Amino acid sequence: MEKFSTHTGIGVPLRRSNVDTDQIIPAVYLKRVTRTGFEDGLFSAWRNDESFILNQEPFSRGSVLVAGPDFGTGSSREHAVWALMDYGFRVVISARFADIFRGNSAKAGLVAAQVEQPDVELLWKLLENEPGTEVTVDLQEKTVQAKDLTVPFEIDDYIRWRLLEGLDDIGLTLRHEDAIDAFERSRPAHKPVTTA
Amino acid sequence: MGRTLAEKVWDQHLVRKGAENGAGQEPDLLYIDLHLVHEVTSPQAFDGLRLAGRPVRRPDLTLATEDHNVPTLDVLAPIADPVSRTQVETLRRNCEEFGVRLYPMNHAEQGIVHVVGPQLGLTQPGTTVVCGDSHTSTHGAFGAMAFGIGTSEVEHVLATQTLPLKPFKTMAINVHSADGRLRPGVTSKDVVLAIIAQIGTGGGQGYVLEYRGNVIDNLSMEARMTICNMSIEAGARAGMIAPDETTFAYLKGRDHAPKGAQWDEAVEAWRELRTDADAVFDAEVDIDADALTPFVTWGTNPGQGLPLGETVPDPAAIVDENERVAAEKALSYMGLEAGQPLRSIKVDTVFVGSCTNGRIEDLRAAAEILDGKQIADGVRMLVVPGSMRVRFQAEEEGLDKVFTAAGAEWRSAGCSMCLGMNPDQLAPGERSASTSNRNFEGRQGKGGRTHLVSPLVAAATAVRGTLSSPEDLV
Repeated sequence: MEKFSTHTGIGVPLRRSNVDTDQIIPAVYLKRVTRTGFEDGLFSAWRNDESFILNQEPFSRGSVLVAGPDFGTGSSREHAVWALMDYGFRVVISARFADIFRGNSAKAGLVAAQVEQPDVELLWKLLENEPGTEVTVDLQEKTVQAKDLTVPFEIDDYIRWRLLEGLDDIGLTLRHEDAIDAFERSRPAHKPVTTA
Repeated sequence: MGRTLAEKVWDQHLVRKGAENGAGQEPDLLYIDLHLVHEVTSPQAFDGLRLAGRPVRRPDLTLATEDHNVPTLDVLAPIADPVSRTQVETLRRNCEEFGVRLYPMNHAEQGIVHVVGPQLGLTQPGTTVVCGDSHTSTHGAFGAMAFGIGTSEVEHVLATQTLPLKPFKTMAINVHSADGRLRPGVTSKDVVLAIIAQIGTGGGQGYVLEYRGNVIDNLSMEARMTICNMSIEAGARAGMIAPDETTFAYLKGRDHAPKGAQWDEAVEAWRELRTDADAVFDAEVDIDADALTPFVTWGTNPGQGLPLGETVPDPAAIVDENERVAAEKALSYMGLEAGQPLRSIKVDTVFVGSCTNGRIEDLRAAAEILDGKQIADGVRMLVVPGSMRVRFQAEEEGLDKVFTAAGAEWRSAGCSMCLGMNPDQLAPGERSASTSNRNFEGRQGKGGRTHLVSPLVAAATAVRGTLSSPEDLV
């Protein structure tokens, strides 16, 4: 995974709450067996509507999505994160994220920055009044800055560290292989196996 | 201080407690007892293993089925959609290469992953169960800690049989009624829809929900699975119900349940899996089940639901701006008017099935309503059993005949119209009453409009052509 420290890009205001993963990428786009190429599925239903934000310049070139609360609810599909990243997004800002989406983002290297709703409203107004405004997300300092507005964001400390270092979870876990071996030796005999 | 059920199961699976280091609190490392796999969220995970040269650590704790993509008609022919076919074939190749047991299409054990695990007796109290599917919460009905994961985590579990996780918060959902029963016509689906409407689609974020109370105690395992299944619709990590005699009776004798002396040993351990009397939940919610009537959704998220006797809400009356805007968008998408009685809403399609309501009791409930009746003109009804076993059982009981005599279609097992990855989809503008779990925009097909309902409401709606409960039929 690539290291992440700061990112600067065009902010996209998405005034919607409960943006579920079926909206981010509908199920019909999940049939691919590759890890890339999901950008065409991103918000595909909404992108049919000319007035949708990503159909407008300069927002179509955005890389920081500023969304309403409860972003990423519903299905566990990591394809939602891949679709956002394949499109070019590096950061999603919301007041509340669904748990699985937040976890998937951390694994794939998308920053899910939790910003208080009043600050999200300020960002929305700024980005709508001055389309094309660049937003800088500083993971070290945990701040979001656009023009003269700077607001803090929350992110789990451990996830932040992993993103800053660009570390692979499986590699980290396998450092504790001895502990896994020891745990396996102590498992009760009545636990089920799929092969018996 | 005592511990909750969720905390006990967590503690029993701790491989390593996360330490506090310079980078902040590390997650705990948790052992996974059962990893269920399907074709949609696994190909990139197996690819990751291949790239890193890693094996599947415990194929004997891993089980795969084909469910999301599979057609429910012409099941003996090759899958017509080439992309779906590739995905299914990729799963077969991966399972072969990595030594994972797979129940493919047309196998007697094939079905929706969350129906298959419990019916085989693989889902057991006090186990940790994961799957690359958010409805893994279903398995919590057995007192298992069960939750959905993304594809990176699927790869992690395949490689290590563990997951790094920070402890979840705990929430008690107390469901009570005077006599411990639900009112006639009210099912566990109505209970969970009412819970989600009350706490909201984000209300459970970060929590494991434990469903408790005299109503839960009296529910069958299948009804409990319906409730736990939709925990994710409240945003929760998992939903759990403490195992009891009902759980043990369900499990006894199943293929993968412990046998002989191991059964006694297991039951003894399972009896400890109850929240201690002095344990404290991080949050508690009370549900008065005597006040519950059949529940339906009117909007485009599962929290937008109301009792069937109500009218479509007026967004103008909603104070919270985000919720008001969401309700306005939902009514526009759903083609509904504020103030319209929910009972007046006409449907084109009725879907009975899914990991929420595709088990034998659900089919029996729907068949009982349909017996000797005809579905309304212009309505199509799909009945899709959750697994091949459910299908065979239903056919043994003659339920298939009841459905087809009423004019419904009797299909083969799979996820089907719940998410429309196979040909079972709504056309744009089409409206369904669906026993599935999500009414998101386009979930059942682009432009499709979904009302989530119980199997009883689905069957009554099929007969009348408008959203109805069984009491409307007499």
